[in-house]
Amino acid sequence: MRTALRRWTAVGALSGLAIAALAGCTPPTPGQAGAKSAQPASASEMKKALNTPTTLTFWAGVPGIEEEAKLFEQKYPKITVNVVDPGGASVLYQKLRTALKAGKGAPDIAQIEYQFIPSFRVTNSLVNLAPYGATSLKSKYVGWVWNQVADSTGVYGIPQDAGPMGNLYRKDVFEKAGITKAPATWDEYAKDAAAIKAKTGNYISDLPGSDPGQLIGLFWQRGAKPFTYDGKKNLTIKLDSPEAQAVVGYWQGLIQKGYVATSPDFDNDWYKALTNGTYASWPTAAWAPLFLQSAVKSTSGDWRAAPLPQWTAGANVAGNWGGSSDAVITGTKHPLAAYAFAAFLNSDPASTKLLATKQFLFPTTTATLSDPAFVGQKSAFYGGQQVNQQFSDISKTVDEHFDWPPITDYLFSSYTSTLGKAIAEKGDLKAGLSAWQKAVVAYAKQQGFTVS
Amino acid sequence: MSLAARPVRRRASIHRAQARTGVLLVLPFVLLFAGLFIVPICYAAYLSTFIDRLVGGATFAGLANYTRVVTDPHFWAGFGRVALFLVVQVPIMLCVALFFALAIDSGRLRGGRVARLIVFLPYAIPGVVATLMWGYLYGPNYGLLSQITQALNLGSLNLLSSGNILGAIMNIVCWEFIGYNMIILYSALRAVPAELFDAAEMDGAGPIRVAVSIKIPAIRQAILLTVIFSIIGSFQLFSEPSILGVLAPNAIGNDFSPNLYAYNVAFVNQDLGYSAAIAFVLGLIIMVISYVVQTLTNRKAGGE
Repeated sequence: MRTALRRWTAVGALSGLAIAALAGCTPPTPGQAGAKSAQPASASEMKKALNTPTTLTFWAGVPGIEEEAKLFEQKYPKITVNVVDPGGASVLYQKLRTALKAGKGAPDIAQIEYQFIPSFRVTNSLVNLAPYGATSLKSKYVGWVWNQVADSTGVYGIPQDAGPMGNLYRKDVFEKAGITKAPATWDEYAKDAAAIKAKTGNYISDLPGSDPGQLIGLFWQRGAKPFTYDGKKNLTIKLDSPEAQAVVGYWQGLIQKGYVATSPDFDNDWYKALTNGTYASWPTAAWAPLFLQSAVKSTSGDWRAAPLPQWTAGANVAGNWGGSSDAVITGTKHPLAAYAFAAFLNSDPASTKLLATKQFLFPTTTATLSDPAFVGQKSAFYGGQQVNQQFSDISKTVDEHFDWPPITDYLFSSYTSTLGKAIAEKGDLKAGLSAWQKAVVAYAKQQGFTVS
Repeated sequence: MSLAARPVRRRASIHRAQARTGVLLVLPFVLLFAGLFIVPICYAAYLSTFIDRLVGGATFAGLANYTRVVTDPHFWAGFGRVALFLVVQVPIMLCVALFFALAIDSGRLRGGRVARLIVFLPYAIPGVVATLMWGYLYGPNYGLLSQITQALNLGSLNLLSSGNILGAIMNIVCWEFIGYNMIILYSALRAVPAELFDAAEMDGAGPIRVAVSIKIPAIRQAILLTVIFSIIGSFQLFSEPSILGVLAPNAIGNDFSPNLYAYNVAFVNQDLGYSAAIAFVLGLIIMVISYVVQTLTNRKAGGE
């Protein structure tokens, strides 16, 4: 459960552990048959597809998602869904790429994180679902979530879960420092940080140099738009925009004063620091409350959830960190049934409710986000707070537009040796930011993109 | 005529039968060797002549990937790191291994068998497990080593920082491979004829003199073998930095060692052709260095 959440939502630079099969040699011809623009499917064609005996293969990293697949099979008994967990996001992507290059062995549907959708679109690996009627689903989802899977050219996945960002904090540590409410602005956050350092010796939080997911979410909140991508070869990279510089400059100040730690996240030391209050808060995503609950059990009752501090008082803007979609993979022999499954899994009320309450995926549909069975849950770990309600409210405040580049693998891996390194070594963050920009631009050009 | 021809023919048929059996006997090896070694290498060589781009796909580029490797600062940064690793770690590891081998071989050690087992044991632990274990011991805040220095009021110790990480990896590799090298050297020592020592003892040589003047020269070939293995091992450094990279992501970059770089170029950058070229250049360099070391050592031995 915990690792699944971690893998699928926060994940990025975890690929190190994947001492995965170096085998799987692939020929140097990536020329996939290409996603031929599909013809709009009529209702009768869809009906026929769902009444034809079919086996669909679904690659996903959500333990127990077979339950939701069963709901689909009950509704369409002719169709069998074969759920396979290749073992983590980075492994799934590697296997998927290998299978796509080999031209066989790819699944019909695969779970793809939002941040990786363009990375698979560039190789024409995702089927445009608009001709199958996916655009009609738009109204069911939160606006910014839909923008993660769709653009003017089409729809490339069905949203499954999301990670709108809030602030989880240790009420006990804050109180020891004489603070009674969560910081509403980043200015207040800096003042609280000073108080916490002075009175308890603890850090207000940790800014990891190991994984850019969190920081990109904070860029997102600030209104930074680091990338635009047209789905083909034109790519804009502005990692060092004024907005991103403002965020980085702000954290530089906290780091230099010793208010914020810069250790890697999700490792042994990090869990210990969250347990013993060394980190008094964690600006994090909607998948984190449950993750924390199982990761640092002994601190039950000490935590509270709040929105992210704001740059302008009362602005009420959030960013997003993580989340994934289910995409139909190019080459599938059953695009209609595959689409129907992805759509059912993530929009059928019974299925989405089950995903939210049983698989603990943070919902993407407005219906589930306002379902009392979900938002009404009270959590003892958070002192009886309705944490889902809190994050459901936050979800409405996420900035509408944030595009990902088609080179997210490299974006994440180069972070650790540029900006991430500057953070970890408490160096010059702005220099690190421009080094990151430079590295990503160089790679993009080398890969044949027209970069501006 | 016919009388003379018969034995010839018989001999020829025996030859043919022998040849047939010979072919049959080596066939399994040849097939496996070709299938698992020759074919993949040729395929990699073929791949290395393509530039693989996300936009535009693979295009034939001749030797362009190779010229890129030769001028790639990332490749040479990793190469420099493993070269430093080689000149520092390998002598330490082999000297300690040799010392243990001589000590156990001298027979003066009580519980020699147990000592041998204990020194060898780390080699039996998978490298991945060993690295993870050391990674926890190294943790800057709550790792055991740092806890000790904190208890002694020496401050916390970050063995996973950029400056210390290479030394930390050297320590892990020493721990893993001292026993392995010791066993090679020890078995070589066991094969040295006992008469040599008897003669030396008669001449009044002490155990240290025997070790330096007789035993070490006698196992020169075995020592050379461990040196060559260690050179290859150093240049191929991969799993230790790859696993520690999760714990120390900012100290271990994608280009930490040439092999790690090749891996990341293939699976993160998705540039298979370039990755294959890196592997070939690295392989070539290892071959040259191993050859030079071997030739130099043999020449020195011949000159004595």
